[in-house]
Amino acid sequence: MSFDVERIRKDFPILQVGTGPPLAYLDTAASAQKPQPVVDALGDFYTRHYANIHRGVYELSADATARYEAARDKVRAFLGAAEAREIVFVRGTTEAINLVAACYGRTHIGTGDEVLITALEHHANLVPWQQLCIERGAKLRVAPVDDAAHLDIEAFEALLGPRTRLVAATHVSNAVGTRVPVRELIRLAHARGIPVLLDGAQAAPRFPVNVLELEVDFYAFSGHKLYGPSGIGALYGRAELLDAMPPYQTGGGMIERVRFEETTFAAVPERFEAGTPNIAGAVGLGVACDYLSSIGMEAVERHEAALLAHAERLLGEIPELRVIGTAAAKTGVLSFVLDGVHPHDVGTVLDGSGVAVRAGHHCAQPLMERLGVPATVRASLGIYNNFDDLERLADAIRRCLKLFA
Amino acid sequence: MSAELRELYQSTILDHNREPRNFRVPATPSHRADGYNPLCGDRVTIYLTLDGDGAIEDVAFQGSGCAISTASASLMTQALKGLGRAEALALFDNFHELLTGAPDSSPQDIGKLAVFAGVREFPMRVKCATLAWHAFRSAIEGRSETAKTE
Repeated sequence: MSFDVERIRKDFPILQVGTGPPLAYLDTAASAQKPQPVVDALGDFYTRHYANIHRGVYELSADATARYEAARDKVRAFLGAAEAREIVFVRGTTEAINLVAACYGRTHIGTGDEVLITALEHHANLVPWQQLCIERGAKLRVAPVDDAAHLDIEAFEALLGPRTRLVAATHVSNAVGTRVPVRELIRLAHARGIPVLLDGAQAAPRFPVNVLELEVDFYAFSGHKLYGPSGIGALYGRAELLDAMPPYQTGGGMIERVRFEETTFAAVPERFEAGTPNIAGAVGLGVACDYLSSIGMEAVERHEAALLAHAERLLGEIPELRVIGTAAAKTGVLSFVLDGVHPHDVGTVLDGSGVAVRAGHHCAQPLMERLGVPATVRASLGIYNNFDDLERLADAIRRCLKLFA
Repeated sequence: MSAELRELYQSTILDHNREPRNFRVPATPSHRADGYNPLCGDRVTIYLTLDGDGAIEDVAFQGSGCAISTASASLMTQALKGLGRAEALALFDNFHELLTGAPDSSPQDIGKLAVFAGVREFPMRVKCATLAWHAFRSAIEGRSETAKTE
């Protein structure tokens, strides 16, 4: 199917609101807008199919359970995993990583061991490992980036040591858009028998991801950045690793048999899904996966690459603008600063022109420090963005510079 | 550009952002405190020198932040000079009322600080305008922890 951005824009009700020019929404890296099929799926599920899952003997509960498990299989297919039980529903990327830190980390990482991350990480793939290392007496190692925010692969390799127990890396930097050469990372880590977790929050909505081809051990992403509902996300874990992991939280839904003295836990993935989960959210996430698959992730990738190239061309014509993060391989994100104007003022002035961007440290304070900026303005792309959005961005930046001149 | 934006970024604010007043480190301040906005990373340090009667003899600041927070710190230093402690804290209350009160409220005795009235239309920016004031309050109350807007 050919990619028709104007047809896709019609699927997003928020772009149809009001009578003025549509919102130029350039903050998809923070959260994506929702297409009508996802919005409808939530309403339909609550209207016609809602009941608790894995419990009732009545038909409505069986139906809700079937829809929840069907959503799990859609996520499995979207990520190219072999088995649906390798998909654990969580609140989002943050919880997925915390789950691995708690269940895999506590059982495999001890005093003197090391966890290797990169300097590109979002706080969500940094703080859980840092805290785990503090708790376990282990050491957090950080593979550096160069001034362009490109990962230094040689330094990464040199940091893989005999005590490295896990590599946790982002697939795409949320703050500056660097696309990390994860195949190389995984190859180097696996050659030493070290498992790899990838933070796919920015990657999964932007290009095809196949966990089997990547041979990655854990992969985490969030529904809300994938055009799905908030409060739902998924963790992929290789079955062999998940099977050996203790529970995350305990309670109902994750047990096989409970006595006052002891409990036998359920098999995966239920073992990691204590309590009533976000059932409608999971169903909505399944619909979001279907929606993206119907467009085709290859087409999404081509569209966003064309947008990024156009944005770089337009913003490159503004002499007072400096792009932060100039790695050769970038996806979906353009971070920049303006001479003499603080990013927050840029954000407010752009908002006045109907251009929504993020200003700040993007939950990546150590990366900002490394790149020598306290904050940036970040324009990030989604499937509904068109060249017009980018031209409005460039015009609004010029107006902002004039105001502060 | 919208009327609200023009009101927010009026010339006095742009001027104080470009050339902040009392932007220096005094030699022997009697009080100092840091302010930090964890949401955006803005930082400010306020230096106070109180005279024998406890009145504000000198106030200066350092830091980095957006135009609203820089201009607010700059205008604050001018407004505070010569005030007693109670008067200064009352001024903060009035300033806060200007930023967050009902649209028709017009707090008394805020002088030049009235240029920040436009911030009321931008709730996300109220913390930028009050960061220096929170740090000032910490300084005059002799508290050592960093004042936070959160």
